[in-house]
Amino acid sequence: MVVPARAVPEPADSLKADSVEIIIAPPTSPVVSDFKYDDGNSLILTWVPSIDDLPVGGKVLSYHIFRSDNGGEAKKIAELIPGANYYKDEDLYSDTNYAYHVVALSSNSRAASFQTASIRPQREWVNLNLKYLFFIALIIAASVIYFIETAKRGKKLFVRKIAGLEAVDEAIGRATEMGRTILFIPGIHDMDDVQTLAAITILGRVSRVVADYDTKIRMPVARSLVMTAARETIKASYMSAGRPDAYNDDMVNYVTDEQFGYVAAVDGIMVREKPATIFLLGAFFAESLILAETGNSVGAIQIAGTARPAQLPFFIAACDFTLIGEELFAASAYLSGEPKQLGSLKGQDVGKGIAMLAILLGVLLSTIAAVGDTETITDILNFITRVFTVTN
Amino acid sequence: MKRTTLILMALVVIFFALSWIFKAMAFKGVEEHYILQGFLVTLAAFLTLSIMSFLYKDNPFYKFAEHLFVGISAAFWMSMGFWSTIVGNLFPRLSEGMSNFFKVHYIPGDYNFFFYVPVILGILLLMRLSRNYGWISRWSLAFIVGTTAGLNFIRYLRSDFINQVSSTFVPLLVDWQGIGHFFSSLNLSASGQFIMMLANWVIFLGVMCGIIYFFFSKEHTGLFGRASRVGIWILMITFGASFGYTVMGRISLLVGRITFLFRDWLGLNI
Repeated sequence: MVVPARAVPEPADSLKADSVEIIIAPPTSPVVSDFKYDDGNSLILTWVPSIDDLPVGGKVLSYHIFRSDNGGEAKKIAELIPGANYYKDEDLYSDTNYAYHVVALSSNSRAASFQTASIRPQREWVNLNLKYLFFIALIIAASVIYFIETAKRGKKLFVRKIAGLEAVDEAIGRATEMGRTILFIPGIHDMDDVQTLAAITILGRVSRVVADYDTKIRMPVARSLVMTAARETIKASYMSAGRPDAYNDDMVNYVTDEQFGYVAAVDGIMVREKPATIFLLGAFFAESLILAETGNSVGAIQIAGTARPAQLPFFIAACDFTLIGEELFAASAYLSGEPKQLGSLKGQDVGKGIAMLAILLGVLLSTIAAVGDTETITDILNFITRVFTVTN
Repeated sequence: MKRTTLILMALVVIFFALSWIFKAMAFKGVEEHYILQGFLVTLAAFLTLSIMSFLYKDNPFYKFAEHLFVGISAAFWMSMGFWSTIVGNLFPRLSEGMSNFFKVHYIPGDYNFFFYVPVILGILLLMRLSRNYGWISRWSLAFIVGTTAGLNFIRYLRSDFINQVSSTFVPLLVDWQGIGHFFSSLNLSASGQFIMMLANWVIFLGVMCGIIYFFFSKEHTGLFGRASRVGIWILMITFGASFGYTVMGRISLLVGRITFLFRDWLGLNI
């Protein structure tokens, strides 16, 4: 159905009752098309704004978008500001036909565009917008697999020293000599955070040394799943150390999911038990400084690590050793020396190498393009920028 | 417990009991439930001061506030987990009878049978409680860890890698019209050529040196080591700025609490 452009008086309750009607031209050429590479739930509507929609002195006050579902009555679905020329309609159904028209409004009149043809949103199985992301992921994944296989064949893979990790054994030894507990805080996030996963992996190594030294470890947690994973990890470490009898489920205990309730409890544990060594590894937020300062006040050696940039300054200020960002993820590979983890670390370094090369090239081309304004250079730069820009 | 501690605790209890009475009197005629309002404000002030008393040292008041907080919050989150996840999300998709029983809206759907997957994984997780079949709970954990790693790989690759790389494609020469023009128009305006170029150089070198610091496959010696040192310097300067910024935010939180104590509790309009 085609609705001709017309000026329709707006109801008195929503428009000013001016005496002189301000006639405006309607928006033209409305076109609705499928939004590419989605789940079949979005359409894109475009139009040419009214010729009376001017940046200065324009008569158009807003655009109203009307939608008709399966040929039914058109209903208003959105109001847009002057100058708008597209609208993305979301949360649609792939088995329904949709048609649209756009209405421009002045202070006391309106002008409607033609109605678009009816179309259905289409579902695409492959999102080609992510093809470059796929290739980069493939290169990194292939590098990881290559290095894992290389390590498995017995080739020694070099990993540079990480200061904080050199101190792990020393810190555990200190707790053993002093006869005090080791406190391990894995952050406040659940197992769906990679930082928590990294912390649990490091816990495996720490608890193995703890089992060997017969030291006490205490681990209050803020998530029930972390408690389960931590118990499994410590239990496995005690078994591999040949001391399953020394393992106790009470080494790990759930406190509460509430951020500051957890902090209050951990602070209490710190001042009452006075642990010799505290590990603060994982995802931390506003509690980082409270925990690190309390640990510092009881004289514990503190090894901290997080990938949260906003919390790192507090750990650096209050802890003895801090694993900055990716060092936390490298730690498990460094400590264990396992081929799988070392290979993964090496593969990530390949990713960093790709990033450095891309940045060098991008900056070089940007600079040449800014100075010389060469079309070819600009085209190459645009292509590289497209490769390293992810859109949905 | 020492006698002096008991006397001190009794004095504090009396003090806050008096506070309750005075606050209730102050609310009379203003609030409908003035006794309850007086109690709540006094309790909030007591708990605030109890938590702050930790700055002096661990004490019974802090322990009381800590245990109260932990106990209430643990119960609250367990309750939330049941009512929002199981009753709010699961039952409406699996059972009309259960939905009616809990008085929640039933949501029929063609793919609702997928919701049995988390039910099964949840039951497997509970197998931990069994001595003989506890090992089955590892399947659920493996599922969670595996899917987390896979999903986060793409998420972080996009946000922390791909997009960061393209954001660093900055020209090192901005608005370049020759060396003569550069020096003749040299100024320290934030939108001037010199500052724009300096900013781009800092971004470029900072990012490159930062990446070099996080390069684990090569020993940080020689030129590589010097670039790595620059990288850690850049990081530390950033952390310093971030530290100051966040501390200022924390101070505003402290001001909020002190305002509550002085204004809402003590009634001092300072």
